[in-house]
Amino acid sequence: MNADKNFLVGVFNDEVVLLDGIQKVRTSGLKIHEVFSPFPVHGIDDALGLKRSRLPRAAFLFGLTGTTLALTMQIWMLGYDWPMIIGGKNFASLPPFIPVTFELTVLLSALGMVATFMIVSDLKPYKWPRQFDIRSTDDKHVMAIDLALNSGKSKDEIARILRDAGASEVNEKNFE
Amino acid sequence: MQVFSSVRDPLVTGGKTVGDVSHDISRHVENKPPRSWWLAFAISLVVLCYGLYCVCTVLWNGIGVWGLNKTVGWAWDITNFVWWVGIGHAGTLISAILLLFRQKWRMSINRAAEAMTIFAVICAATFPLIHMGRLWLGFYWALPLPNAFGSLWANFNSPLLWDVFAISTYFTVSLVFWYIGLIPDFATIRDRAVAQGSMVRAQIYNAMSFGWQGGAKTWMRYEAVALILAGLSTPLVLSVHTIVSMDFATSVIPGWHTTIFPPYFVAGAIFSGFAMVLTLLLITRVVFKLEDYITIYHIELMNIIIIVTGSVVGIAYITELFISWYSGVEYEGYAFYNRVQGPYAWSYWSMMTCNVISPQLFWIKKIRTSIVATFVLSIVVNIGMWFERFVIIVTSLHRDYVPSSWTYFHPTMYDIGEYLFTFGLFFTAFLLFAKFFPVINMAEVKSIVKTDSEKVSH
Repeated sequence: MNADKNFLVGVFNDEVVLLDGIQKVRTSGLKIHEVFSPFPVHGIDDALGLKRSRLPRAAFLFGLTGTTLALTMQIWMLGYDWPMIIGGKNFASLPPFIPVTFELTVLLSALGMVATFMIVSDLKPYKWPRQFDIRSTDDKHVMAIDLALNSGKSKDEIARILRDAGASEVNEKNFE
Repeated sequence: MQVFSSVRDPLVTGGKTVGDVSHDISRHVENKPPRSWWLAFAISLVVLCYGLYCVCTVLWNGIGVWGLNKTVGWAWDITNFVWWVGIGHAGTLISAILLLFRQKWRMSINRAAEAMTIFAVICAATFPLIHMGRLWLGFYWALPLPNAFGSLWANFNSPLLWDVFAISTYFTVSLVFWYIGLIPDFATIRDRAVAQGSMVRAQIYNAMSFGWQGGAKTWMRYEAVALILAGLSTPLVLSVHTIVSMDFATSVIPGWHTTIFPPYFVAGAIFSGFAMVLTLLLITRVVFKLEDYITIYHIELMNIIIIVTGSVVGIAYITELFISWYSGVEYEGYAFYNRVQGPYAWSYWSMMTCNVISPQLFWIKKIRTSIVATFVLSIVVNIGMWFERFVIIVTSLHRDYVPSSWTYFHPTMYDIGEYLFTFGLFFTAFLLFAKFFPVINMAEVKSIVKTDSEKVSH
């Protein structure tokens, strides 16, 4: 059996049951492929043992790029490339450069972080996602178990574990 | 496990379940719009077309068709610009600052407020663009591009250039923040369309949702992104009106040259923004039957913010008057004496009545929980905030240093027509948003619907 093709899908009605269920499924030794929810469930990252996102670091680095770019641009343009006397101020005086520097820091930080998020999460307009259960964007929480990665247990056994963990339905889902 | 207070009232009433939220919000996108929507849309389009005619005339003939003269060189255009930018402050304030303060009541109103922000900023941006006269050359004047029209680079010492960066950054970041929030809701509409067998709608909303699935890892990243965008937007939203106020405050015109302008403008912006959010949401909740989501409690909280910011604005007006006397500068003193007593006293006292006195009525609980009173006062506040900008701009300019240049400003039909253009644009865009986009953030509201005791299972 190939990985990433055949799944058992447990459907949960409630996020509290789901969080409990994730613990039970994991202690029983099953590997969870992914859990899909209609809204962010707090505590699910700890329950699944997910590492904290590194997106804040990306945002910081993009912001730093923006600051550097803005200061370099302004100091070079008005200080070196074409110095002009404006209101008797220094050619490259820092205080009037702060607003633009701040705005470009925020702009690059926000755009860079969102672009990174889109790329790492594989979000793109021309992609039709593999849907395990279309109710997972409505009111159900859906837990997908990859059968190939849990070959130590039979299908019935996995279904039983999911039911014991609180799943209201267990369905089979096969992708081509 | 989450434990909920039994003291607090639920934010969403009517005993809604998670499934009800999808249904109640998505059905406006799926069904044909009500007759009242068509009526409003038709009126907005007519206003937009008339406004477009006026804008084209201005572009063809130049801004000489406005009522400006050599003394009053800035009037309705900049008044309207500042007014719209101010209105555009509420959306990001609600979604960013209230997110950082963990105010969950923001969840029912943030989507529509952010949409309003984006459309208001677009409306605001039309005024400086058209005031450039030859706006196709605006790129060279406003952006740091090498050019041969005089100075080689844009002047970074000018607050007007800071404004270009502030407004365009604010617009971009607000748009991104709004769109990130929309992605999971578009996926909900896509999957409902699949279930209903409407594959064309499913394809369109799938493209708009970027193929969203809602996996735990993606949600975790999504929340990190939302939190950082909120953290970035909070100083951003405060910087925008600060920089707009510097357009005036860094000049030497008596009446403009004031250090309290930045906080005073920011408070005024939040004040007018919340008033516009109320005007729009009070209509939206009735037309789309969203009374269980946008409750009297939400309206009351927004009215409380209006009292606070309205009072800050009132104190700023009184401080300005006091300082103009206390400073002993005769030009400054005259500028304010002229506001209160001069030919534009009518606009000064309209501003005082609408902005300082009227919001104080919200101290009375019966008034701030009344829908009719809130609707009327929200419009009164925005009339007042328009007069505030008009007073600051035109009254400070019309009495020049030389009495022979003293004059009075009369708007022409093109000044008025361009203002109408932005109204047409704003309401057309908002109505299209209300029809095709989920007007309430479904994913966020779903996370707070079950605040009843049944939820606390262990």
